[in-house]
Amino acid sequence: MEQSWVYGLLGGLTIGGAASVYLLMNGRIMGASGILGGLVDGSGRNTWRERATFLLGLIAVPGLVALMIGAPETHITSNAWILISAGILVGLGTRFARGCTSGHGVCGISRLSLRGMVATVFYLLAGGLSIVVFKHILGVI
Amino acid sequence: MRNLSSFISGSLFGLGLIISGMTDTVKVQGWLDIFGDWDPTLAFVLGGAILPMFFTWQYAKRRQTSFLGTTLPEPPEQKVGRNLVIGSFLFGAGWGLAGLCPGPAMASLTFNGTSGALFFASMVVGMWLAVPLKRRIPQTA
Repeated sequence: MEQSWVYGLLGGLTIGGAASVYLLMNGRIMGASGILGGLVDGSGRNTWRERATFLLGLIAVPGLVALMIGAPETHITSNAWILISAGILVGLGTRFARGCTSGHGVCGISRLSLRGMVATVFYLLAGGLSIVVFKHILGVI
Repeated sequence: MRNLSSFISGSLFGLGLIISGMTDTVKVQGWLDIFGDWDPTLAFVLGGAILPMFFTWQYAKRRQTSFLGTTLPEPPEQKVGRNLVIGSFLFGAGWGLAGLCPGPAMASLTFNGTSGALFFASMVVGMWLAVPLKRRIPQTA
């Protein structure tokens, strides 16, 4: 637990490396919600192969790691209503904002994009409020 | 080649997410719990990812195309519209509620059981719902 910031930093650097590869090789901004969203609504039809291979790596490689050295702790709730509401909010919100933590947070802030910074401020603020309301006031999470 | 590099990028992204602890909902909710027992680990994740990406963007600015010859992204859009703010707010609320954002939701899909699958499916539904909703709401940005 004391060393969790080291893992945080190492993982963060790896994420930055992933975004660098996607930008310098493919010429694209690495945003998880955009890559998936373009496949869901068909707006990314012309680039579906590159989107699908990205998602394949993103889903399968952690799966392989989990298989070899064991799955990391996840602590996900089993309350179906919380999962459904949260999922819909995340899906809807990221499409309206055209980005999530990776696209706006990692790739947007690093290129000093105003939209990326504004989006990050608002989703962090909403995340903090969500914890106050659902954890500290309502006690449902 | 483009599909191979996007696979590598997706794989690195997935690895970074599990190393950093972003797939652990308790850790994410702890980071958002500013008024409770705050866990600052995620600041290292975000910082660690933004740092290399900052230099990558600076380098990309001096290039005409990506290494594979594709066009590089246009300079960032600066318009902060209603959709960006509302979308980020909705996304943040969902992120706090379940402790998962789109990248980690996919990286943990293989070991997060039915709860993870339910969150992922709801997220896809939300992304899909965004299309008709966007059409119905008068657009400012």
